[in-house]
Amino acid sequence: MSTRAVLSRYADLPTLIGLMEGDEKHSAAAHTTLDVLWVLYDRVLAVSPETAEDPARDRFLLSKGHGPAAYYAVLAAKGFLDVPTLRTWAAFDSPLGHHPDRVLVPGVEIGSGSLGHGLPLALGTALGLRARDVRRADGAEPRVVVLVGDGELDEGSNHEAIAAAGRLGADNLTVVAVDNRSARHGWPGGIAARFAVEGWETREADGRDQDALHDALTRPHPRGPLAVVARVRVGT
Amino acid sequence: MRQAFAETVGAALDDDPRTALVLAVISGDMFRRSAARHPGRVIDVGIREQAMIGVAGGLALAGMRPVVHSYAPFLVERPFEQVKLDLGHQDVGAVLVGIGGSYDASTAGRTHHAPGDVALLDTLPGWTVHVPGHHEEARDLLRAAIARDDRVYVRLSATGNRTSMPASPRLTVLRTGSARSAGVVVAVGPMLDRVLDATAGLDVTVAYASTVRPFDRDGLSRLVGAAGSADVLVVEPYLRGTSAHEVAEALADRRHRQLGLGVGRDEELRSYGTPADHDRAHGLDTEGLAKAARDFFLV
Repeated sequence: MSTRAVLSRYADLPTLIGLMEGDEKHSAAAHTTLDVLWVLYDRVLAVSPETAEDPARDRFLLSKGHGPAAYYAVLAAKGFLDVPTLRTWAAFDSPLGHHPDRVLVPGVEIGSGSLGHGLPLALGTALGLRARDVRRADGAEPRVVVLVGDGELDEGSNHEAIAAAGRLGADNLTVVAVDNRSARHGWPGGIAARFAVEGWETREADGRDQDALHDALTRPHPRGPLAVVARVRVGT
Repeated sequence: MRQAFAETVGAALDDDPRTALVLAVISGDMFRRSAARHPGRVIDVGIREQAMIGVAGGLALAGMRPVVHSYAPFLVERPFEQVKLDLGHQDVGAVLVGIGGSYDASTAGRTHHAPGDVALLDTLPGWTVHVPGHHEEARDLLRAAIARDDRVYVRLSATGNRTSMPASPRLTVLRTGSARSAGVVVAVGPMLDRVLDATAGLDVTVAYASTVRPFDRDGLSRLVGAAGSADVLVVEPYLRGTSAHEVAEALADRRHRQLGLGVGRDEELRSYGTPADHDRAHGLDTEGLAKAARDFFLV
């Protein structure tokens, strides 16, 4: 994999993102997710280009499908995507659109863009892996991690899934809610409270602090599914 | 048919560890035993139909074969974007099993009616649609659907025909008209008995379909080619004309006439009563069908 030797570091991500142009409208969405995505793929998830089809891989579902430049950049840095492919972004025959399509992009677990679909899909995936008793090589249950935005939490489908996941005890499920305060009417009491009342374990972290994110994502959570609220200010 | 559904899915849950059932409360009591035996594979999400379809999509992504069940309006119409995106766009399959159909829940009023379900699914590519006309057909079609991986809608009815037809993706001919016949009648699912009765005195070919998508275009083309006139009457238990585009495609190479009968599209019928009352109001009772057939075939 020649592409993995170059442009494979965190410091290379701006260069990789720079290869994609034309989605300025969603650039804030792309950049607020950058550190979360990097921590997940660099330090948390047990998945690689070699294991992308392994039934026992960890899953990452990008529900917040708009502004996927950071996502594509991380996938390229980790070798799921060839770097030159980034230059084709949004062209007719490119696999890379302004919203990702799982059928077109290696390593992408769901096609997303319309808000409120990733969390119910992630819940079903988590329940399915558990029902099949799928185990990673290290004996652990595969993790299913889904990234949502705070504005996306307005969608009722998410609230259906948050409640169902808590009651069904889907503790192999993790939600990362990137909170950049884009929800129209806000979330009184904070986003974490919405999850906590449904039986989720909740944690908050600075969405730019990679060590804090890593800690929040990896510390054991014996009780219920895990929600990590990653606070990010747009423009930082 | 609902009982046949419960038995078939219950057996599939016992026999095939890939099978999962996703419910939103409706019919939950029919699966109590299955839920006790397979707690991780009978998933009742509560009254959450969007999550029901999303969870099914996720189960399929994890390698399971989800069966999803509710009343048709809550299964197909309410979470339609989930059906479109969480199954179709993800390129995964599921077996959606609807009850209530057009107006089986006649006394429940319009909220519980879904005569548009098949037309709505027709806006999406890649769906197989079964409309069994007998509980044995429902069992056979469901069993086959669970064994596959594609997207299937099984539309169960509270009413059915006297006898079971073999489950086939093709049109099944029940009566063949003469070389000078007036045309071809296609009866879908539970409409068969009354179509046979209504056309008893007509020189027409009568064919039966329990699988309407994909539609047997070749079969219809052959039957029309052998008939005396290229006139086709389709009788469906959901919105009238739902399969009109299929008939048009099947007969694109010849001059033809067609009429679709089914649930009326022109107004929201605000009535209760029995399903038979609604059949009568939509001209789908034997008498209404006989009159429409005589008018259409010009006899």
